[in-house]
Amino acid sequence: MSRIVEVRGLCYAWEDGTEALRGIDFNLDAGQTVALLGPNGSGKTTFALHLNGLLQPSAGSVLIDGVAVRGKHLAAIRRKVGLVFQDSDNQLFMPTVLEDVAFAPLSAGLSPEQATDKAIAALRQVGMESKSGKAPWHLSSGEKKRVAIAGILASDPLLLVLDEPTTFLDPPGQRSLATLLAGLPQAKILITHDMPFARSLAAEAVFFQEGSITARGSLEQIVTQFDW
Amino acid sequence: MRHARLELWSRGTSFAHRRHPAAKIVVTLAFLVSIATLQPAHWPLGLLYFAMLSVLTWAARLPVLRVQMAASVVLPFATVFAIFSFFAGAPEKGLAIMARSWLSAFTTVLLMSTTSQPDLLAGLEVLHAPRFLVQVMQFLYRYLLVLLEEASAMRAAASSRAGKLGSREFRRAAAAAGVLFARSWGRANSIHQAMTARGFDGAIPRFRVLRPNLADAWYVLGLALPVIAARVALR
Amino acid sequence: MHIPDGYLSTRVWIATDLLAVPAVAVLARRAQAKFDHHRIPLMGVMGAFVFAAQMINFPAGNGTSSHLVGAALLGCLLGPAAAAIVMTAILATQALLFQDGGLLALGANVFNMAIVGVFAGYLPFAALRGSRAGLFLAGFCSLLSAAVLALSELLISGVSMPPTMLSISFAWFLVSAVIEGALTMAVAVALERIQPGCLRKPTTGGRAWVFAGGAAALLGSAGWMIASDRPDGLQSLALKTGISGNATSIITSPLGAYQASFVSNPWLAKSVAGVAGLVVIYVVCVALSRGLRATGEGA
Repeated sequence: MSRIVEVRGLCYAWEDGTEALRGIDFNLDAGQTVALLGPNGSGKTTFALHLNGLLQPSAGSVLIDGVAVRGKHLAAIRRKVGLVFQDSDNQLFMPTVLEDVAFAPLSAGLSPEQATDKAIAALRQVGMESKSGKAPWHLSSGEKKRVAIAGILASDPLLLVLDEPTTFLDPPGQRSLATLLAGLPQAKILITHDMPFARSLAAEAVFFQEGSITARGSLEQIVTQFDW
Repeated sequence: MRHARLELWSRGTSFAHRRHPAAKIVVTLAFLVSIATLQPAHWPLGLLYFAMLSVLTWAARLPVLRVQMAASVVLPFATVFAIFSFFAGAPEKGLAIMARSWLSAFTTVLLMSTTSQPDLLAGLEVLHAPRFLVQVMQFLYRYLLVLLEEASAMRAAASSRAGKLGSREFRRAAAAAGVLFARSWGRANSIHQAMTARGFDGAIPRFRVLRPNLADAWYVLGLALPVIAARVALR
Repeated sequence: MHIPDGYLSTRVWIATDLLAVPAVAVLARRAQAKFDHHRIPLMGVMGAFVFAAQMINFPAGNGTSSHLVGAALLGCLLGPAAAAIVMTAILATQALLFQDGGLLALGANVFNMAIVGVFAGYLPFAALRGSRAGLFLAGFCSLLSAAVLALSELLISGVSMPPTMLSISFAWFLVSAVIEGALTMAVAVALERIQPGCLRKPTTGGRAWVFAGGAAALLGSAGWMIASDRPDGLQSLALKTGISGNATSIITSPLGAYQASFVSNPWLAKSVAGVAGLVVIYVVCVALSRGLRATGEGA
């Protein structure tokens, strides 16, 4: 099985010197889904931002599909790693849903026609093709989240990283999001405090504490160990 | 919010809404140039343009009176000048300023209520406006919405705790502006981060390919020509 | 300070559009070449704040109400070229969405606030190497030049304004210029504290010419103002003396020959000459930018 993510000794310090990550080792294979658990401020999101080079490590290395997340590889890596941010309003910025979803393939250099095809296919995958002409800010929270996911799927990623995807969603919305994600073949990293949601998607979990991974195991084992 | 209403109107599907944005910009400019050069003696032409604009508004299935009211925001300003002109012994000059300024505003409101913001920007690009300027306009619009959202969120939070936001106390207002700035900047950075994550490298790729058709040509010929011709004929 | 459509005489709006179109084209090119996309959030948020600040008007007595412009602040934060483009975007959006300022008068407003306003502010800032005094002077000069220019354009256009009103509004401009200077300084210092390094400290020295440029911008605007201190019959006066007159006649003179033979109708002649001039400049700009892009890609 091919290794999608390989992180060795990752350290990161903010500009003021606070250490956010202290030596993270982590790996993930194709098709795997893992939940990142742990208290707020323990470094989960900071870790995720390293996976497509939005932050650069102060020490250690991050490999995606065997390639270092640096310099000239960044454009290709950003297509392979799809980050879905917590607040969809920060993610959607183009005037219409279709244009927003087509943004990544267009940025990658596809023609408008090819990008449109990709975007429509991605919208169909998340069940939103009927909204393609709408303005993103006129959608409901659940619809926005689906469009944000489509915007990631449009560049055919290997890995989906979802940061608190269920915030702002009502319970039916959370369940339908879980169903949608379960049907996607990509490897997934879920950052979440929503345990029913995590249980429905991930068998495995890692636990973050103060910038380190303190345990990795089955989801139930982690939940029992940390009384989570 | 005036712009919210414009956004509502501009998403219509009438004949005028479906025209190529560049065609609408050209027609708008024809109106504006003709109106800007009107002299007091040309008042019948002013009436003709008023009628044409009103009919166009009606044909675009927009609420004519409310569009005209939206244009009236320019009137208080113009009235001041009209009063000066009145005392300077040239009341007709003042009235001409009022009429020109209101008719121009009417023309602009009509353009904006038949053209969505993205279409307008695409039209400007077709007319070779500098690409960097068009992109800055796009970002500005996006971040204005962020500012509005953050401001209304803060107002809601403040009024739920302490009644209305104290606009009379300068220091509190200044502090609020500082917080608003910090919040907006935080969100602006998040948006930028999300864009970078999807491969943004400084230029928003072109997407809309709007091709003008025969109806657009007729629209320009049928409106811009008579407007200019009428202005030329009357001298 | 946003001049709506309908106030400016044909000569004035055409002249200012003729100045603004190529200037914006050149500045957009410069700004794009130098722009670091990580500054987009700062640019967008500052732009949105300046936009909002400009919507708060203090009536200045003469109808051209006064407000904060923010051109100097943008110039100090983003560099003059990018600031001029952000300002142009702000003015265009205000004209389109809020009918604040006209579309034909956009050239005049861009010239006053986005070009003269930004550079009149940036020059003293650069000359004083980004010191606090430089920031204050930036706001002060920027607002004063923009306001005086706007007033002059209205006067040249023959808009009636009683002399007492004129002195009152000039006093108002001075007051708002002081406020603008103080706010430019306060906001820039506060921002520098939140995010060190966000001020664009000038890299090239050239104190002397920078100073001279700043002074010239101010004196030039003042000169225009004095030259246009007589509300009526000003068009002929401006033609003979003022800077504006020279500028206009220089720019329109290549088309002047057409004017004589083309048509006898003076309105038509003026407009055709002006619009043709605009079209020519527009085409030249498009062609130039194409050419530059081609050589840029070739290199």
